Amino acid sequence: MIWLTWRQLRGAAVTTAAALVVLAVVLALTGPGMASAYSTGITACVRDGGCPHFFDRFFDDYEAPFQATTVIVLVLPALIGLFWGAPLVTRELEAGTHLLVWNQSITRTRWLAVKLTVVGGAAVAAAGLCSLAVTWWSAPLDRSAAPGFTLMDPLVFGARGVVPMAYAAFAFALGVTAGLVVRRTLPAMAVTLAVFAVVQIVMPLTVRPHLLPPVTSSFQLGPENVDSFGKSNDEEFPRVVLQSALPGHTGAWVLSSRLADPSGRVTAPDGVPAAVRVSMTSGPCAPSPQAREGAGGMDACLAELNRLGYRQLAVYQPFERFWPLQWIETGAYALLTLALTALCFQWIRRRP
Amino acid sequence: MIRGLAGPVSEEPMTTVLRARGLARKYGRRWALRDCTLDIPGGHVVGLVGPNGAGKTTLLKLAGGQLPPTAGDITVLGGRPAGGAAQLARIGFVAQDTPVYAGLSVADHLRLGAGLNPRWDAALARERVERLGLDPAHRAGRLSGGQRAQLALTLGLAKRPELLILDEPVAALDPLARREFLQGLMEAVAEHEFSVVLSSHLVSDLERTCDYLIVLVDSRVQLAGQVDDLLATHHRLTGPRRDPDRLPAGQHVVSASHTDRQSTFVIRTEDPIHDPAWTVSRLTLEDLVLAYMEGPAPAKGRPVLEVRR
Amino acid sequence: MIEFYLDGRSGVSPYLQLVQQVRHALRLGLLHEGDRLPTVKDVVARLALNPNTVLKAYRELEHEGLVAARPGIGTFVTRTLTDASLAAHGRLREDLRRWLAAARLAGLDDESIEALFMTTFRSSSQEDVA
Repeated sequence: MIWLTWRQLRGAAVTTAAALVVLAVVLALTGPGMASAYSTGITACVRDGGCPHFFDRFFDDYEAPFQATTVIVLVLPALIGLFWGAPLVTRELEAGTHLLVWNQSITRTRWLAVKLTVVGGAAVAAAGLCSLAVTWWSAPLDRSAAPGFTLMDPLVFGARGVVPMAYAAFAFALGVTAGLVVRRTLPAMAVTLAVFAVVQIVMPLTVRPHLLPPVTSSFQLGPENVDSFGKSNDEEFPRVVLQSALPGHTGAWVLSSRLADPSGRVTAPDGVPAAVRVSMTSGPCAPSPQAREGAGGMDACLAELNRLGYRQLAVYQPFERFWPLQWIETGAYALLTLALTALCFQWIRRRP
Repeated sequence: MIRGLAGPVSEEPMTTVLRARGLARKYGRRWALRDCTLDIPGGHVVGLVGPNGAGKTTLLKLAGGQLPPTAGDITVLGGRPAGGAAQLARIGFVAQDTPVYAGLSVADHLRLGAGLNPRWDAALARERVERLGLDPAHRAGRLSGGQRAQLALTLGLAKRPELLILDEPVAALDPLARREFLQGLMEAVAEHEFSVVLSSHLVSDLERTCDYLIVLVDSRVQLAGQVDDLLATHHRLTGPRRDPDRLPAGQHVVSASHTDRQSTFVIRTEDPIHDPAWTVSRLTLEDLVLAYMEGPAPAKGRPVLEVRR
Repeated sequence: MIEFYLDGRSGVSPYLQLVQQVRHALRLGLLHEGDRLPTVKDVVARLALNPNTVLKAYRELEHEGLVAARPGIGTFVTRTLTDASLAAHGRLREDLRRWLAAARLAGLDDESIEALFMTTFRSSSQEDVA
């Protein structure tokens, strides 16, 4: 049975393996060059103190391949679910070959078990190798990534470490289940894609933030967490726009970043400019010719805001939780996969 | 209720390959098979005949264990169908339209059979493929309908089952391929002595090959018995018009048709027919089956309500 | 060796057809004592026929004392039916030809001739039985 399963998978497996080899070769050729450019750059910037600028430039240079590889790792599980999972049983049902194989001396349960193990194993291995290669290749980029592209950010998180394997296993089991329920390949593929997409959107938006209780903390305002500060002509007070970044917590996944006024009240929702009661006609925040020329004026103004008691109130998952969250999410998907597999066995025993 | 002969005609068979008691299967709200009580003795080639949709495939799938019954009991070779790999190994099943893996070669199919069946007869399979002139490297998807059916039959035979079930195996084949398929099947039966249950909606496919017949009409078993016994106990009577009720007690009307002056009956009886008014003629198997499919049809002009079941 | 064939439209059961063909061949001298009949497997493979039918035909022939089965070797003809009647065949055939010529001369077509022959044949065999 293992031979038959392998024989049926061969074509798809060879195609996938070839694509992975191409990816691996490309990454292996470009990876070392990028890593050495990174280490030279770091050595240089540590000497002259321009590391933030180096990070920005370095990341900008490689942003396109960075995003491409991330997308590949994100899409691979969906492809596996669509092209390996959904047709696994429906192809047999549509060609009637299930009647051929079920009438050999093998029970349906064993038939399905072997198919799920062999093809599911191959799916997990493919996703694992792909993620491993990309995680290795993008290590310098992940260290210099701009806010929104750090390891903890939802899209990058899903394309690094061990979770892609769990996604692949889940997508595969989802495809097989959809196939067994719908019994036709194309509708099963559509169902698989729809459900997988929904799960992959719902998971980072509503579930992952709560896999571990997030940390709530307040931070002084500074150039790292303040995006802009200014006043429009028809308003009395200037407004502050905060960034999704925390001073001293590089790489943290910021779930919300709001401005708290001196009494500790939040005056504006996340991402909306919040008014600060500070004079713009006199004092540190008043625009002056000297201030425009350097950064000193902005720093002095922020210091004034801090003195008045304005703080950044942030809810976040610290960067150190990358691996704990990876393992917890892997476990959650593994449970979903097991549940779907159990459903498959139930179905195959019951259905004609 | 079974009309005609229920079960084997006379003697208790030495082995029973299939035993059904009140077997029934429903799809949704439609009964595909009802009140099926059967004892099929071993050592026969059993023809299961009936119009399309009569429940033939359902009965065979129940026997093969691919379908659980809605009601009633079925045992095949003394075991419960699909009662595990050991039971599956004893029953061969060639499904309708003889499916094969289009992407796999003939040799792959033999390897598949060898890997999945404990009693696989590799020599038989190889020899059959050779004799059929099939190229082992040929993809099964490119085989003709007849060759594909032969490949599926080879898988079924090389499994060395005690009972081989074939669901409409020749329905899609041209007359030559049909003949070749049945020749191969009969030759294997002569050589390896296993029981066969073969379904068809055409009696002509079964006339030569089967020595036991089951007629299934409208999801019910109408007739079951050894072909020779069935032919010996059924007669066509033609004579002056007569009401069926006025026939002797031992003569059961299978079908009746009337004109103004003449009546034609197909009857079943164990006794000789003495009435000189009748012209008695023999029935072919096809006539016999058709008579059961028609049932005691009403004469022209009579209300259909009088159709008796 | 004899080669069997089956006539699907004759209404005669296949097993009886086989028996008749052997008897026929014995009568016409096509089979002699010691000749081997085809094996069950051969007949079955050629005619797509149920093996039990062939076995039944051979048993019937054995019962009539025309053939004998030697296990593992085959079924052999033990007796011939080419008796004195074979000599009469020529004369009878000549009579029949003359009768057919007369029938045609009287205006009967093939179908009428066959019908006349069959009804006469049947009624005379029934009289014989009775």
